[in-house]
Amino acid sequence: MASPPFPWLKPAVLVGGLSPLALLLVQGLQGELGPNVIEVVLNQTGLLALVFLLVSLACTPLKLLFAWTWPLRLRKMLGLMAFAYAVLHFLTYAVVDQGLALGRIFQDITERSFIAVGFVALMLLVPLALTSTNASVRRLGFPTWQRLHRLVYVAAVLGVVHFVWRVKKDLTEPLIFAAVLAVLLGIRAVEAVRKRRRTRATPRPA
Amino acid sequence: MSDKKAPQPPESEVTPETLYRRRREFIKNAGLFLGTAAAVGGGLYLLGPKRTRPGETPPPPEAGGKAGPAEPPADEAPIAQKSLGPYDTDEAQTPYDDVTSYNNFYEFGLDKGDPVQNAHTLKTRPWAVVVDGEVNKPQTVDIDQLLAWFPPEERIYRMRCVEAWSMVIPWLGIPLGELIKRVEPTSRAKYVAFTTLKDPEQMPGQKRRVLDWPYVEGLRLDEAVHPLTLLATGLYGKALPPQNGAPLRLVVPWKYGFKGIKSIVRITLTERQPPTTWNLAASNEYGFYANVNPAVDHPRWSQATERRIGEFRRRPTLPFNGYAEQVASLYTGMDLRENY
Repeated sequence: MASPPFPWLKPAVLVGGLSPLALLLVQGLQGELGPNVIEVVLNQTGLLALVFLLVSLACTPLKLLFAWTWPLRLRKMLGLMAFAYAVLHFLTYAVVDQGLALGRIFQDITERSFIAVGFVALMLLVPLALTSTNASVRRLGFPTWQRLHRLVYVAAVLGVVHFVWRVKKDLTEPLIFAAVLAVLLGIRAVEAVRKRRRTRATPRPA
Repeated sequence: MSDKKAPQPPESEVTPETLYRRRREFIKNAGLFLGTAAAVGGGLYLLGPKRTRPGETPPPPEAGGKAGPAEPPADEAPIAQKSLGPYDTDEAQTPYDDVTSYNNFYEFGLDKGDPVQNAHTLKTRPWAVVVDGEVNKPQTVDIDQLLAWFPPEERIYRMRCVEAWSMVIPWLGIPLGELIKRVEPTSRAKYVAFTTLKDPEQMPGQKRRVLDWPYVEGLRLDEAVHPLTLLATGLYGKALPPQNGAPLRLVVPWKYGFKGIKSIVRITLTERQPPTTWNLAASNEYGFYANVNPAVDHPRWSQATERRIGEFRRRPTLPFNGYAEQVASLYTGMDLRENY
């Protein structure tokens, strides 16, 4: 069997992508995360989840714009890393920050839209992570699987809204995320419109 | 050609060509692997926030001297051995390094580690404070004159930030009421307005219009003259570091930390309620009163609990930050949900 092109790519992105987690762990154990460690871990895991979500959403546009196919082979892994960081982010909030006080967590999720939006985004990612295997694609059939996985667009928008609401005053950073997401979704929208026109323009066989 | 006698390895030891090529390929791939992994990891690291390492906190300024308040150096009069005053808490004090490296002071950057890195540009001497408005004796007071009039006292207060973290800080300061008494408020004086220095050269964060500069705050007159209300000039027996609001900041221990305006240059007594910076920026989140109140949530998080810096578990937040006995009477008849 021929080895895949760029056999180093996937493991490299995996190791690079998990390195901030390792760094966080090392710095945390050495007391280098400042006076409010929990806040740093919360912010870092949340930011990384969003970054990976956006990067996973960049794979298709890169193929459309530059005809690159290699990002598509990374997409599943990038999405799963986004999910992993989102789960860590939530666990940091629920277990470490709130001490698993379920009543308070429930109240936060139901009464505060800032937290509700983040929680819904995470919940939307759960079925996507569960059906990320090739076997799931076969079982569901590709069209159904694809429709299901479009939930990631909603999750990403909610994730960015969560970030916008998190910030106290300076919106620069969350707005950069929002702009990137808008571009990534925009490219898809343009492509979808083009595709529809093409199918319409093609004369049906008599 | 000249070295025909050079020993040749036996045929059996020669690497087959395919393996030789695979090895080249392996090294190339390993290089690309390491390069990509480092690029991805490095890129993510750069995206993250800047962190302050504990060692980077500058050493505390020396006590005494021109910069310091009229207090003996800390090692001559250990704080722990002082008897506690009527308003002092005996709760464990937050370490000096944490108090001076975890600051919200947007004039020096938005991250909590920014002020300790950037606030050295602030010149705290000479420093004058204008006291004016509805007073019979408006005047401009030099900070050292102020310290001579009112030798700073030590007060060990809880501080509760609106972001749901808290500290215990041994402040040095002047009761604000003493200064107000000295300038003789007129009968029209109902409020006290405070203004921070506005100078983007000294306060580089003011070059960005994150907030409306200069930072302004205000208190009702009865709150301002309450014996708990302090104009702080130091902490831990030492001069106030610039990141903590040198040379003069407000400390109102029963209110959220953002009421504690830093690096004050003007104190004006007024008839009407003065504008306050965070109230102008987001009035639904930050009210004029900003009394610590576990029953009134911030729109985005609960205020029922807080994390004391250095502790792992949250603790319940107390009404008026534990000073209810002293200050609750100031608000009788007021709806504190309305006047948050």
